[in-house]
Amino acid sequence: MIIKQLSVFLENKSGRLSDVTEALSENGINISALSVADTSEYGILRLIVGRPEKAYELLKNLGFSVSLTDVICLIIPNESGTLYKAIKVLASNGVSIEYMYAYAMNGDASVIMKVSEVNKAIETLTENDVELAKASEICN
Amino acid sequence: MIWNEHIECMNRDELREIQSKRLCETVERVYYNVPFYRKKMQELGLEPGDIKGIQDLSKLPFTTKQDLRDNYPFNLFAVPMSDIVRVHASSGTTGKPTVVGYTRRDLSSWSEVVARSLHCAGVGKNDRIQIAYGYGLFTGGLGIHYGAEKVGATVIPISGGNTKKQLNLMKDFESTVIACTPSYALYLAEAMEEQGIDRSKLKLKTGIFGAEPWTDNMRKEIESKLDIKAMDIYGLSEVMGPGVACECSYQNGLHISEDHFIPETIDSTTLKNVDKGSEGELVFTTITKEALPILRYRTRDLTVLNYDKCECGRTMVRMQKCRGRSDDMLIIRGVNVFPSQIESVLLEMSETKPHYLLIVDRKNNLDTLEIWVEVHEAFFSDEIRKLENLTKKITHEIQSTLGINVKVKLVEPKTIERSEGKAKRIVDRRNLV
Repeated sequence: MIIKQLSVFLENKSGRLSDVTEALSENGINISALSVADTSEYGILRLIVGRPEKAYELLKNLGFSVSLTDVICLIIPNESGTLYKAIKVLASNGVSIEYMYAYAMNGDASVIMKVSEVNKAIETLTENDVELAKASEICN
Repeated sequence: MIWNEHIECMNRDELREIQSKRLCETVERVYYNVPFYRKKMQELGLEPGDIKGIQDLSKLPFTTKQDLRDNYPFNLFAVPMSDIVRVHASSGTTGKPTVVGYTRRDLSSWSEVVARSLHCAGVGKNDRIQIAYGYGLFTGGLGIHYGAEKVGATVIPISGGNTKKQLNLMKDFESTVIACTPSYALYLAEAMEEQGIDRSKLKLKTGIFGAEPWTDNMRKEIESKLDIKAMDIYGLSEVMGPGVACECSYQNGLHISEDHFIPETIDSTTLKNVDKGSEGELVFTTITKEALPILRYRTRDLTVLNYDKCECGRTMVRMQKCRGRSDDMLIIRGVNVFPSQIESVLLEMSETKPHYLLIVDRKNNLDTLEIWVEVHEAFFSDEIRKLENLTKKITHEIQSTLGINVKVKLVEPKTIERSEGKAKRIVDRRNLV
């Protein structure tokens, strides 16, 4: 249920994103999801990849500031009200969301979330019939 | 206008005699009253009797800023504290400021040299001088203040900052002279333009600018924007404060009050005097000061001395406008900043590496300091909030150490250029040379 997200600190200068993706590409690591949080000075690239530990070592050796963060991935039907239902569960259980990013395609939508308490989030969401992706399903 | 024609236009041989006599008195005073100097002289095998005049000056030991710090606060004073009537201190950017003291006679000499400086710059009793240098421990404000009162000018002691009020008073009080840092003068000019103040309604004619290095181009800009004559004044607290030297109307070097301060120029590496007309590090020996007499103080400012008689009639030596420093000290908005101070702040933080780069620039005529810091991999967080808090923390720590605003920028580890030899820590884009 817990998914290892790779986070990379990037200065806002050209070529950095290209360096990261090149390294992953050369080592056959696939990216399932990504998001970039940016400030005026730097950005944080968050990636869900196949073999996150390998990617972590790889980028670290290339001199990037990287970290692995525990996140969860909600699988919710791609229809109105479903995201609300899931988030309400977290809110009523006192779990806060640090950040999230999502994509919806065909039947279901996937929402990746960094939450304050991962295990509590998993427990309460599962109890409330919110489906969560397994690491093996998303990191490929 | 010459304040003290008898001295300022004195025959140089006569001046040398006065300097020699006063130098001998000073050496005697420090030998018997300041353990630091006695020890230094004994180490060199020197006794007061070995100094017979100015020709023996180079036998004397040097004094550095570090010596003042090591003797913090009052250990270099040559008189009992009961005779000290005033103290000033440098910004104290690294923990310990350099403290200087004055006896009543010292304050009177200081007013005298500032009075000469003001007359030299064309300021007299009919002027109204707005003093926008900071008042307080910094020598700028009070230093100019007493000299201005001595020449009989009308003093407007507004101190630094508060631009709107500066402009209002300048108009209402009909100030004829503004004394401040050159960068603040340009800032005032811009504010004037923004607020639609009609220059022709002002009586301003002269500016007395110092406390930071500035170029001839900057002078031209100030002169055209403010429509005044921009005069360079030089001084440092260790020697006295503002008024050690000042430009005359010919604006071709700053006349040094040599009957109070003997200047030399040395090679910063060999410590030998440089040839006449060559650039060297400016060194001062004070020869009238009672509270804090100082032998061969290494200013670290680079200049050239010109002993030719000036067209203004003064015979006092002229120092060229300072263009650089022989150490890595930066002067940011009048505040002395050493890269090592920033380094020590960073070293105390576990989240950063001691790799940094200082980017100094002059934006809208104000100095800016940006500090690039490498974030430690171990501290790297995927949350922006945490990185922003780190930025805030570093900014706060550095600001409270330096006393000036800085901008901190986090950069990736190992992206700041490493060098084999002396690290390049500073990128100065102010283009002052």
